[in-house]
Amino acid sequence: MRDVTLWREPVPPDGTMGEPLARGRFGEYGGRYAPESLVEACHEVEAAFREAWTDPGFRGALARLLAVHAGRPTPLTPADRLSEALGVRLLLKREDLTHTGSHKINNVLGQALLAVRMGRRRLIAETGAGQHGVATATAAALLGLGATVFMGERDIERQALNVFRMRMLGAEVVPVTAGSRTLKDATSEAMRHWVGATGEAHYCVGSVVGPDPYPWMVREFQRVIGEEARAQCAAELRTGVPDHVVACVGGGSNAAGTFAGFADTPARLVGVEAEGGAGASRGRLGVLHGCRSLFLQDDDGQIVEAHSISAGLDYPGVGPEHAHLRDLGRARYVTVTDEEAVEAAVRLARTEGIVPALESAHALAWVIRAAGDGELPSGSTVLMTLSGRGDKDVSTLKELL
Amino acid sequence: MTNSTLAAGAVERHLRARRDTGNGLLMPYVTGGITSGWTDYLRAFADAGADAIEVGLPFSDPTLDGVTIQRAGDTALARGASTRRILADLSGLPDLGVPLVVSTYYNLVLHDGPETFCAALREAGAGGLIVPDLPVHEADELTDVAAEAGIEPVLLASPATPRPRLAEIARRSRGFVYAVSLMGTTGERTALAASAAELTGRIRRLTDRPVLLGFGISTPDQAREAHRHADGVVVGAAVMRRVLDGAGPDDLRVFLTTLRQALDPRPSTRSVTDHDESRRRARGEISRHRRRPRREDPVGTLRPR
Repeated sequence: MRDVTLWREPVPPDGTMGEPLARGRFGEYGGRYAPESLVEACHEVEAAFREAWTDPGFRGALARLLAVHAGRPTPLTPADRLSEALGVRLLLKREDLTHTGSHKINNVLGQALLAVRMGRRRLIAETGAGQHGVATATAAALLGLGATVFMGERDIERQALNVFRMRMLGAEVVPVTAGSRTLKDATSEAMRHWVGATGEAHYCVGSVVGPDPYPWMVREFQRVIGEEARAQCAAELRTGVPDHVVACVGGGSNAAGTFAGFADTPARLVGVEAEGGAGASRGRLGVLHGCRSLFLQDDDGQIVEAHSISAGLDYPGVGPEHAHLRDLGRARYVTVTDEEAVEAAVRLARTEGIVPALESAHALAWVIRAAGDGELPSGSTVLMTLSGRGDKDVSTLKELL
Repeated sequence: MTNSTLAAGAVERHLRARRDTGNGLLMPYVTGGITSGWTDYLRAFADAGADAIEVGLPFSDPTLDGVTIQRAGDTALARGASTRRILADLSGLPDLGVPLVVSTYYNLVLHDGPETFCAALREAGAGGLIVPDLPVHEADELTDVAAEAGIEPVLLASPATPRPRLAEIARRSRGFVYAVSLMGTTGERTALAASAAELTGRIRRLTDRPVLLGFGISTPDQAREAHRHADGVVVGAAVMRRVLDGAGPDDLRVFLTTLRQALDPRPSTRSVTDHDESRRRARGEISRHRRRPRREDPVGTLRPR
């Protein structure tokens, strides 16, 4: 059993998960380590976002799109049968029920509206499993923008169906043949492409990574998860706030959005990483894709490829705010293995009738493990964000089961 | 002498002196560790009349490089190239009489910390450092320790850089100002971008520090055209494409000589002897300011702890 006293008492309302400090800093992390050619473009995105985010017109337009197109608010589902078996009260925030099937749509609709406001005509995106790519293609189609999605050649082979979906939605999918031909290379290629297209295109980063203002902006667009969940928990729970708030972390956008709703509560925040992509748990200080954060590296400082059964967690780093929350002790980061995630996915399917994305299954795997070893005391209340649905993973699961 | 000349480091003094002869400056690039005898390329570059040589430390995720430099980096990494090994190779070289400017991404600088990294560069005999993903507003952490270690941090300016930041870049860059000719990544282009002239003009109005144009300059004609606007050129992808295609140091010497001639004021009257003399002069200029590399464990500080 783990030492439960490792927990630091949650911080009181003190601006944690508010605006970043000067120069886009979350503690020592973050920043704008972009090539000079992109610095001005980042500055323009920041200025546009600051203005838009305080503009009731923009907020209203986004809220409407989230409601009528994406299907928000998403329900909070008590996982009754699983809760009974685990001896804890588990509530699922159902991002899998959004249009396109994952939380990615929250961020993308925000950025697409921002792109229109900035007069951009095209969205650029990177994608791993294809969820962010599909969401970007969807938002672009909805708002009449072009979309260019960079995807590693290896991911294209693994996720043929999502490639087809993006193309059907009118997006151009560009195979990336550099390096390991996965998400990190797709991200590098999207940045290279943006350098030559800043006046015309907006780079729609898919997670809480990248140069300032992206980690902050993407977290704000995902904050809707945490805010809805907080209100729903207040109605559902006698205590008002769950004891634990749990989400999976690749780059960390669904976790950031979820945590943002609970940062000023006593809830204990837990980010669950894949064993083979544990930037927050095992990363070392570095700079990649525009921000200073924690990255998996070898002894020479080269970035190491991540390995996870879930393509969405297959990123060798973590968003800078997560690195900061880890240092503060405000959130805790743990890892689970591929096998635990697959087992958890099957268990959720058979107890609650929900097939989760393998990413989300990681969060659940930790809940199951922690309930079993006493880390989650009996009777605890747990909010877990179910970030996406498992349709995209059925062929992976079929081979394993 | 102006104040900026007095404050200038060895790389900048060398480039200013070479510029004052009326010659366009030539800085070829090579990816460190690209072949087993890769430092032979440095000798060939020096022989062809390079005014400075850029040595790239390969990084797994080179976000500002086009396909050629990416491939070169991947090839070098696959051969086992690393910061430590490349700097050890440099330490073992006799003085080429040409300043060495290392370029790499900031992750490799941060890996052991900017202080240790700059000290290791100095030990290896490098004089300058280019970090393309470290823009001026993030550069404080590096520039102070670089100055102490005697390393000149070169800052990049881009066609998209607005005037206030351009002024800061011009003021804080050391060695020279690296003018990125176009909004794009490194790699050969068919013509010099129109943005190149405009950007170099804007930099020149802010500083008399040498200005080198890079990105996309690959032919003698483009070098000649670039020299009409800037003090000289950086040539990377055009060199590395040839290296990747199997060209050896002699082939590169021939290629760079064509660029050298394009950058000289009266190419027809310059002979190889002139080059040798100017290099000897340059050698005197450099060796006063360049610490001799130590032979014993020259980069021990970079070894993993």
